Parts: sequence; C-alpha cells; structure tokens
Amino acid sequence: MEGIWTKLALRLWAVLLLLFLFFPILLIFFYAFNTSNIESWPIPGLTLKWFSSTWNDREVRQALLLSLKAGLTATVLALVLGSCAAFAIHRMTFFGRDVVSLLFILPLALPGIITGMALNAFFSFNGVTLSIWTIVVGHTTFCIVVVYNNVLARLRRTQGSLIEAAMDLGANGFQTFRDITLPLISTAVVAGGMLAFALSFDEVIVTTFTAGAQNTLPLWIFGAIRLGQRLPEVNVVVSFVILVTVIPVVIAARLTGGGGVAKVQAR
Amino acid sequence: MRGAVRIQALLWRVPWLRAWLLLTPPLAWFVLVYLAALVLLLVTAFWTIDTFTTQIVQVWNLDNFRTIFTEPAYRRIIGRTVTMAVLVTVTDALLAFPFAYYMARVASRRTQTLLFAAVLLPLWASYLARVYAWILILNHDGVLNWSLQSIGLPPANIGYTNVAMWVVFSYIWLPFMIIPVYAAMERVPESLLEAAADLGARRWRAVRDVVLPLALPGIAAGSIFTFSLTLGDFITPILVGGAGSSFIGNVVYSSVGIANNVPFAAALAMIPVAIMAVYLLGAKRLGAFEAL
Amino acid sequence: MSSSAGSPAGWVRLGTLAAAAALAVSACGATSGGGGSTLKPPPTADMKPLSAIGAGEGALNLIAWEGYVDPTWKDQFQKDTGCVVNAKYAGSSDEMVTLMANGGGGQWDMVSASGDADLRLIYGGDVRPMNPALIPDFANFQPYFQNPPYNTIGGVHYGISLQWGPNTLLYNKKKFPNAPTSWNVIYDPANKGLVTVPDNPIQIADAALYLSKTQPSLGIKDPYELTQKQFDAAVALLKQQRPLVKKYWALASDEISLFENGDAMVGAAWPYQTNTLVADGKVQVADTIPSEGATGWGDTWMLATNAPHPNCAYLWTKWVSTPKVQAQQAISFGETPVNTKACAEMEALQAGSCAQYHADAPGSYFQSIKFWKTPIATCDDGSTDCIPYAQWQTAWTSITA
Repeated sequence: MEGIWTKLALRLWAVLLLLFLFFPILLIFFYAFNTSNIESWPIPGLTLKWFSSTWNDREVRQALLLSLKAGLTATVLALVLGSCAAFAIHRMTFFGRDVVSLLFILPLALPGIITGMALNAFFSFNGVTLSIWTIVVGHTTFCIVVVYNNVLARLRRTQGSLIEAAMDLGANGFQTFRDITLPLISTAVVAGGMLAFALSFDEVIVTTFTAGAQNTLPLWIFGAIRLGQRLPEVNVVVSFVILVTVIPVVIAARLTGGGGVAKVQAR
Repeated sequence: MRGAVRIQALLWRVPWLRAWLLLTPPLAWFVLVYLAALVLLLVTAFWTIDTFTTQIVQVWNLDNFRTIFTEPAYRRIIGRTVTMAVLVTVTDALLAFPFAYYMARVASRRTQTLLFAAVLLPLWASYLARVYAWILILNHDGVLNWSLQSIGLPPANIGYTNVAMWVVFSYIWLPFMIIPVYAAMERVPESLLEAAADLGARRWRAVRDVVLPLALPGIAAGSIFTFSLTLGDFITPILVGGAGSSFIGNVVYSSVGIANNVPFAAALAMIPVAIMAVYLLGAKRLGAFEAL
Repeated sequence: MSSSAGSPAGWVRLGTLAAAAALAVSACGATSGGGGSTLKPPPTADMKPLSAIGAGEGALNLIAWEGYVDPTWKDQFQKDTGCVVNAKYAGSSDEMVTLMANGGGGQWDMVSASGDADLRLIYGGDVRPMNPALIPDFANFQPYFQNPPYNTIGGVHYGISLQWGPNTLLYNKKKFPNAPTSWNVIYDPANKGLVTVPDNPIQIADAALYLSKTQPSLGIKDPYELTQKQFDAAVALLKQQRPLVKKYWALASDEISLFENGDAMVGAAWPYQTNTLVADGKVQVADTIPSEGATGWGDTWMLATNAPHPNCAYLWTKWVSTPKVQAQQAISFGETPVNTKACAEMEALQAGSCAQYHADAPGSYFQSIKFWKTPIATCDDGSTDCIPYAQWQTAWTSITA
C-alpha cells in the first residue's frame, strides 16, 4: 500500500523513537557498574560491587517487598471493582451513566498530586494512620480505571449474541460466565491487571502522600537519589526489575496489543 | 438451588438491577473514598490557616484564591505549567502518530507485538531513575554535549533549563500517547483506506482525511494523560529544571510539606482541577473516553 | 510525607517552622531573657527524668535520619547492651513529628530531630525532659550544644545534642584558584549561570547575614529577625541573584551533580556535598566559611514521652555521645560532633578531618555560625515588627518563580 519511501521513512522514525525510548534505560543498565557513586560522563570505571551491596541491602528488600504487596493487593482489588464496573456499564443505559464513567476516569485524568493530597487530607481528617493500607487505597483508586477501560473495550468488541446463545442452550448465569464471558475477557483482564500493577509499582506522587514511614521501592529510590550516596544501587534495582519484567510484558503485548483482536474482529 | 436459579433469571431479565448490583461496590469505593476526599479538599481551599500556629481556621473566605490571582509569581507558575503541558502534549502527539501508524498499519504481526512490548517496557523502569538518567545526558559535561563536541558541533547547554524539562517530560509520557493512538488506529478498517484509494485519494490525503479523524479519539485520549501528568508533576522540575522552573505541583507540594498550609495548597490545586475539567469536556467531544 | 527538600542536614528540613512560630516565642524568651515569655511551659516540663539508668529492656525503636543508625556503631551497641535497635528512617522533619505524635504513640523511643522539629515536639508534649547527668560525655560537649535554645527551655533539657553543621561556601578550585573570602561571589554578576543555592526560604537569612556585614546601615543584627526594610533589602538582593543562579538545588545530590558535571562553580552547600565530591575526585572543589559567617543546623536525640524502652534509650544516647561514635557518625555523614573529645578519634579515622569539620573550633567560632531559628513577628527586643516565616515563604516563591 504505502510507497517504498514512505515505508522506509516510517521504519526509520520507529527506530529513532525506540532509540529515544531506550537510550536512558541503557544508561541505567550501564551505570549500575559505575565505580563512582556520582553519575558523570564518561563513566570513570566499571565494578560489580554494587550488585552484592544491593543484594545485601535490607532496606531495598523491604521496599521491594512492600511495593509487591501493595501492588498486588491494589491490582486484585482493582480487578474486582474495575471488572464489576465494566460489566455494569457495558450495554446498560441508565441515567447518569456518563457521570459514572467520568468518575472512574477521574483519578487518572486528574494530576496525581491532587489525588494524593485529597486522600492525605481525607485520611488525616478521619484519623487514619498512614500504612500499607492507605497506599493500597490510593493505588486501587487509580488502578480501577485501567482495568475498567480494558475490560469495557473488550466487552464492546464481543458479540452479545454468544452469551445469549449460551443462555438459550440452557446454561445458567454462572456457566455462561465461566464458559463464554470469562474466556472472552480473560486477556483483557490480564492486560488490565498487568498495566494496573505496573502503574502501582512505579507510582511516586500519590504514594508520597499516602505512605506512612514505610518506603515503597520508588520512595526508596527517591530517598537514594536525594542523598546520592547509593545511586548505582538504584540502577541495579531498576535493571533487575526491567529484566524480570521483560517476559511478562512481551506476553501481555501478545495477548492484547500485537494483535490482533481488532483485526480478527474486522474480518 | 432453585432459588439461586430464580435470582439469576431475575437478574438476567432485569438488566438494570444486575447493573446496579455490579456497580454498587466500585461506585461505593469512589463515592466514599475518592469523591469524599476531593470534596474535603475543595472545602479546605476556602479555609485558611492561622499563620501563627498553622492550625486550620474553618472560616469561609476567598483569601487563598485572592493570593493566587493577585500575586504575579503564581500567575507565572501557572502559565509556565500550562504552557509546558500543552507543548509536551503536542510534541508527544507528533512523535507518536507516525510511530503508531507504522505499528498499526505497516509492521508485521510479529514486529507489532515487539514494538508494543517495547513501548510498555519503559513503564517498568522506574520513572525516577529514567528522569535521573536524563541529567547525565543533558548536563554541561553530559552525553549530549560530549557527542556534539566530538562531531565538531558547539555544545547545546540545555541542562537545567525549561528546554530540558520539555525534552524529559516528552520522553517520560510518550508511551502514554503511543498506546491509545495505536489502539485507535488499529481499529481503522483497512477497507476504509482501500475505499479512499479506490475513490482516487492519494495516500497522504487518505491519511489526512481518513486515518487522522479516526485516530483523533486516540490522540485525545493520550493527550489526557500527557497533559494531566505534566500538569501535576513536581519531581521532574526538581531534578532537571533550573532556576525558574517551579510548577504548580512544586508550590502545592511545598505548601503541604514545608509550610503546613493545606488550605492554600488545596486552593492552588483547584487550578489544575479546573483546567482538567475544561480539558475533559473537550476531550469527550473528540471521543477520547471511548478510546482510553 | 517527605519534603522535596528533605535532606540529612538540619536546616533545609526546618521547613515547618511556621508551626513552631508560637512556640519559638518562648524559645526567644529563653535565650534572651529579655523578650519575656508569655507561653505556658511545655506540657512535659514537670515530668521527672530518670535519675539512674536501669537494665536495658532488650529493644529500642528509633526514628532517625538516614545514616544516623549505621551498622558501624549500631552493631557494637546491640552486642554491649542487648538492646535490639529497630530504626525507621524518616525523610523529613514533618514525618518525624507525625510519627512522634501522641508521645511517640507508645511505640517509638527516640527521634533524631533537627532544630526545626524540636520545638514542635516539645510543645506538642511528644518528648520529655532528659537528664544530662546520666550522659558522662555531656560535660565534654561544646558549651553551646549543652543547652542550645532549640532543645533546652527554661533550663530543662528535652534531648541531648548530637551533631551540627554549617552552611558553607562550596567552590570549584579551577575556577577560583584563590579561595573566596566573601559570600559576594554568589551575588557577583561575573559568575552568571554558575551559581547554585538551596531552594529554601531560609536562604533569605543567608542574604540578610551577608547584608548585615556589607550594608551595616541596614542595622541587621540577627538574620532571622528582620524588619520590613531589612527584609525587603534581603529579598531585593536575592532577586538580583536570580539570573545568576543555574539551579536552586533541592536535594544534596542535585548540587553534587551540578558541581561534578561542570554546571555550577560556586554555591551554598553543606560539608556533606564537599566530602562526597572530594572523595570522588573528578572535580577539584573546596569549601570555606566566608568572612561574613554562616548559618547552621543542629540535631538532637529526643526521648518520646511514652517511650516503652527508656533505659535502652539512655544507653543509646550515652553510646552515641562517646568520642568514637561521635567521630564515626561525623565522618560517615559529613557533619560535626558536639563532643570536643571526638577530635582525636576523627584524626585517627581520617587525618585532617577534625580541622576540616571545625570539630576543634573554639567557642568564639560559634559566634560566626547563626544557628537557624524560626522567624516570628516578635523580635528579640519584644517589638512585633519582625517578618514572620509565612512571609518568608511567599517572598521566596516570588524570588524563584
């Protein structure tokens, strides 16, 4: 379809953009081996010492653990609440549907500092001590919309006739849900959950306002950046997280983006 | 058992009942936690603090808003923040469109998957670490100046300036623009383009008249992210900004964390809320909510 | 909540000063004796401190600045006393005050509070008096730090001083082969785009300190007590400085990076930045306290009102006051011990460090350091025409925006 030159230009653009996206990340990898704890160019020397010091850093492990716990809890809550909301909104017309829809989008559309400040004021107003649970409440609030959007988009693309057919064939509500609806939306749920977890795992601003004294990983990273004494440890941790997540991210991309659902539908 | 079946049957036949049953938990969450918190924040904005004790004084007044609108410093900060949010949004849209087009319409299935993963992956590399990496690139003796000088060009010297913030914001939020634009573009049926071609449209015209309008909801959806994320950020200005790089977020943050003046912070926070309200209405017209 | 300016050293954290405004009235009264305190004494003023240290309770829960409870000295303490130390690192004074609410909530024993948090903790009833007689090394402290106005009120000690630091002038030795002797280098248009100063309203005090020497006609005696005219002069000076500033630094690492990568050549700093840069060795830097003097901070270990392990708390205070631990913390962190006997230990750890950190400074040296205090409307002479901290903040926003 496209002319050869257009295609070439587009390909070049894609390559350049990928370089733009990944060059800073390559620097993060690279400076995990920095002999100095200050980042300067060119790198003064290479060492492996930060890997063992990070591994033995109890604070890093605790922060990672807290981030995982808070992220997983928020993701599970968001999956339940977001899916409920998507099912309710899907193909239902009732008064105020737009308002409800807007409400769910709000925590993502409003800057995080507002969500964070509002929740912070709300918790202190109600005498709630900041803890992992206040982090979870904050994260769940903006994760719901991610799940909601993914599931709703999938539901919109699925034919309701499949469900009706199942019901006609005598399947009860649960059977229909298990055998028809769930398989249809499962990849959307997985993708929504992954994105929700990613957002939670790397969230700084809302967390700053909702965390007590415990550090999530991003808060630990901010602390490490602030003092600048252990910057290479930050790079080690971030590199580790990227390497660990490559495979799940590719799988999620296959499930959702690379493909094709829209193309299949368009057939 | 039969009762259960009957309830199911009832729920199936009375869709609104089912909808409301499903909707209650998430709605309750939002109303009881999120909306309540936002309303509390809005109310606080009309209170003030005793400058002597920093206790909140619950007397209704507009002092905070008066300060914001009369003090030129705040006008400058608001102007700077909004300008940056617009610039970053436009930049990301321009960067993302050809990329998303390539992903959705040119690349093979396999490449498509890999590119999609490549766009998602940076979201896992700490936002803070990525911003910090840019300091290394943009500073005086950094990668950028080093590269420029090694090919005989003069140094760029954009470290710790608003230009640096523009580059870093555009970089950080780019995936949030690419994903919705790609998703919207992928939904454009090839047949539509073929029809346009059949009708004699040149490829560029087809892009302009067919693809762009259909991708617009995606761009609008992505712009909600890029615009709002820039509007509320305070960390990138701290890390890569220079003198005179304060954002609304920085003032809000220091008002809460340093001055303990929550009412003023709340009042100032209403500015981005108002801006986003207008923005969301516009974006909704463009169909952004369907493409989020 | 951690402050963007959250940092190990004291005065950037002094942030929530305004909260202490009312309280500082009495602090001023205590220092001057002339202001006349109208405030009630702190709620815990009548609580009798321990008269002897008993057996350790086996545990100690600390709220501390990052790096203040280092294994280097923590491990030996645990071995010696059987007090197992659980440290929670706070990112800002606010966080410390929040954690310490309700007398430490019956959970926390001590907090390594900076001057800005102290008065809030004292008047909030969150900390209780301590008995310096139980700390043998107290007698070796610099006299100023035995009863500084931020932790000692009406002769009652609400904590034992720990470490302090000055705000120094940091410069690149290549750019300034001769050490600058005045703060004027950071106000000099010749250094346009090469200057960095902290992003904090208290910088107004630094400008006022400079003006107190360079424009004696303004009559500035105390950089934290400024009349409208003096305040306007300081703000005007900072507005002039604004185009010279490359960046107002918020994090210690900001400034380190600015100097390391050639973006800044001169600026206001803590010894911490100097030490980190010198240790790295890529750029040649040094710091100095210019002839006009400098501002500074002081940290204190304070005992929670409801501390569950008071004996371990005293044992800990005793331990961190010993010359060796004082020296270890000073060197690992880049601040100055309050114990004058720490000097020899510092020399043993790192030759030249005692003089470098001014740990051997004579009493007169402290006259050149203006330890920060809360700017309040009531001046030292009892008049009420001084500019309170809230206005400092507004002014700072208009300077830097």
